[in-house]
Amino acid sequence: MSELTAENIWFYRGDYPVLKALSFALSAGECLQIRGPNGAGKTTLLRVLTGLLQAEEGVVRWQGQATGARDSGFLASLAYLPHQPPLKAELTGAENVHFAVGLRRRCTPQDVRAALRRVGAGAFADRPVRSLSAGQRRRVAFAALHLDTARLWLLDEPTTNLDAEGQSMVCELLEQHLAGGGLAVAATHQPLALSAGRLVALELSGVGE
Amino acid sequence: MSAPGVFRVAAWVVQRDLRLATRRPSQVLQPLAFFAVVTLLFPLGYTPELAKLRAIAPGVLWVAALLASMLALESLFREDAEDGTLEQFVVSGQPLTLLLFAKTATHWLMTGLPLTLMAPLVGGALGVPFAALGGILSALVLGTISLSLIGAVGAGLTLASRRGGVLLSLLTLPLAVPVLIFGARATELAIAGDSLTGPLYLLGAVAVLGVTLAPLAAAAAVRIGLE
Repeated sequence: MSELTAENIWFYRGDYPVLKALSFALSAGECLQIRGPNGAGKTTLLRVLTGLLQAEEGVVRWQGQATGARDSGFLASLAYLPHQPPLKAELTGAENVHFAVGLRRRCTPQDVRAALRRVGAGAFADRPVRSLSAGQRRRVAFAALHLDTARLWLLDEPTTNLDAEGQSMVCELLEQHLAGGGLAVAATHQPLALSAGRLVALELSGVGE
Repeated sequence: MSAPGVFRVAAWVVQRDLRLATRRPSQVLQPLAFFAVVTLLFPLGYTPELAKLRAIAPGVLWVAALLASMLALESLFREDAEDGTLEQFVVSGQPLTLLLFAKTATHWLMTGLPLTLMAPLVGGALGVPFAALGGILSALVLGTISLSLIGAVGAGLTLASRRGGVLLSLLTLPLAVPVLIFGARATELAIAGDSLTGPLYLLGAVAVLGVTLAPLAAAAAVRIGLE
């Protein structure tokens, strides 16, 4: 039973179709990897799935129901991690995670600490995000994702800026999430080391005819 | 897992924005300093005679308050839009109207409220009698609430344009004219020692209208701005 389906999605930027008759179906425990050259519409597709962008045509279904930007039930079950981690430069990593997760569920400072340690961000959790490297920021963002109870993860370039250890940490988190019955859609060029049967690939061509 | 209630989430946003403000106090202090400097320039640039200053005090106070709150508005949503916080608000599944209302309320706590509290200080320099301060303070409280709310709509509408500053002022200032008129009138009556119930009621009406409609309009504008 597919939980997340997209049927015949069309999205235009002006006259140019970015997404052309795109369809896919994803079941619990699967990760859809969106591949394609720069400008192929990977980020656009993720934003259409969140409802931040409205597709001109087509429908996205979550558990059989058509979704929309105002669908708070659907939104509560998804977590969106954009290409640029949504962090406040002036706040520390721990504060960022605390406030980001607090919007969506209750969590204690102990939970936040544990999540930051889990993603290898324990050592710099109390430094302002302003002073962190891009890879360190991404780890902090993953701590928030780890604490979130969302079943559907939408990840834009999740492994960018991460070192080898960080990339395998992300794959472990993903694997754990999928094993628990979660779903994920990840836009990335890099291969994701997930166990067999978890990965579904979607190629976007990008070049308009 | 229990989702937090809406009021808890609103309190969360307020707490976060207050924490952010403590990390960069200059952003809070600049509009206040602007308000003080503009009003205090009048005794220097116009005349030190208190009687003459008293005659222009209502206009000076309100125009300065209007411009100072305009100055502070630029930062209301822009940074949150740039770092992705607003997007996270939209996809959080919480009512965006409420989240933006909480942000606007915090913004008022850091601009409108301190502006109001500075009024006795600058009022003194403009020859405003002590007995009039109570009335002026109540007018400013209501007026600055409206200004923050009107500004939130403008800030939402100008999100999509990179250099929204001037556009924001052009959009917002005409909408703020009623606040300016009623506010200045209330101040004038307070200085004269008359009853200012009429303009205060009107200011209150504008504030109520703003509280009711502005967050809805701002939320709609932000959704469009993020596309």
